[in-house]
Amino acid sequence: MSVAIVTGGSGGIGAAICRALADAGAHVLVGYGGNQNAAENVASACPSATALHIDVTDEASVEAAVQTAADHGTLSIVVNNAGVAHDDLLIRLDSERFDATMQTNLRGAYLLSRAALRPMLRGRFGRIISVASVVALRGNAGQTAYAASKAGLIGFTKSLAREVGRKGITANVVAPGFVATAMTDGLPQQARDALIAMAPIGRPVTADEVAATVRFLASEEAGSITGAVVPVDGGAAI
Amino acid sequence: MSQELLAIFTEVLIDDFGVPADDIKAEATFEALGLDSLDVVELTLVLEERTGVKLEDEELEDVRTVQDAIDKVAAKQ
Repeated sequence: MSVAIVTGGSGGIGAAICRALADAGAHVLVGYGGNQNAAENVASACPSATALHIDVTDEASVEAAVQTAADHGTLSIVVNNAGVAHDDLLIRLDSERFDATMQTNLRGAYLLSRAALRPMLRGRFGRIISVASVVALRGNAGQTAYAASKAGLIGFTKSLAREVGRKGITANVVAPGFVATAMTDGLPQQARDALIAMAPIGRPVTADEVAATVRFLASEEAGSITGAVVPVDGGAAI
Repeated sequence: MSQELLAIFTEVLIDDFGVPADDIKAEATFEALGLDSLDVVELTLVLEERTGVKLEDEELEDVRTVQDAIDKVAAKQ
């Protein structure tokens, strides 16, 4: 059976991605950092899924997740979705929060992608999808760290795509616009309104719309799409 | 033992990497056989399944030829 690991699987976008991949026939490991109950609820709503604690800042935890995947079948899909946002004006942004953002959003994707490559190479098939943000493409005041980490995913993905393309492994980025989730609930209303106003569609993007794009990129049909940055942002990056 | 390993290498190189059988010799370099560094990593994954010997990435640094790889595996068997 094809196995997918989704980090940050208990959050809004992550949960939708887990459901979409499970509906498409994968066994999904719903990765969670702290919210075990939410992850278990997500898993129980999927045809085939297991909640799994994955600390993406911890190399051993990430390696263990890849080992767990092997117990369920062949790891063929990885979705680097776990993310944190420590928003502040740069002049006030201390290095601890900058580093913490990079550790989870960028280094976490590096750790999981690297660990997943061995089974993917062996199976000569793999789909590595990283969830970035429209902010990586056009910037956003107050989000220097977040934007840098998400833009880092783009360079990482394009380079990885070049390394592994002929092995049947693709690497892509999905760049959502404003999605109403627990993470974006933390934004001031004014900032939320501004993000929504950026998008020509004039409404928030839904988590299911992001998940449907991930599901397509994870499919066999998407084998010729690699190194791409696919915006799911209502046109916000235009 | 070495002959046995050469037979395994030969089979894997033919079946998994499409290397022509006539090209495979102990002294052949992987580069000459058309394998790049990522192919060599993949080769070690296949060999691990076949022989039970796991070669770490740093052990591959000075591996150039089929014989180099056979020696590394044999030393750990």
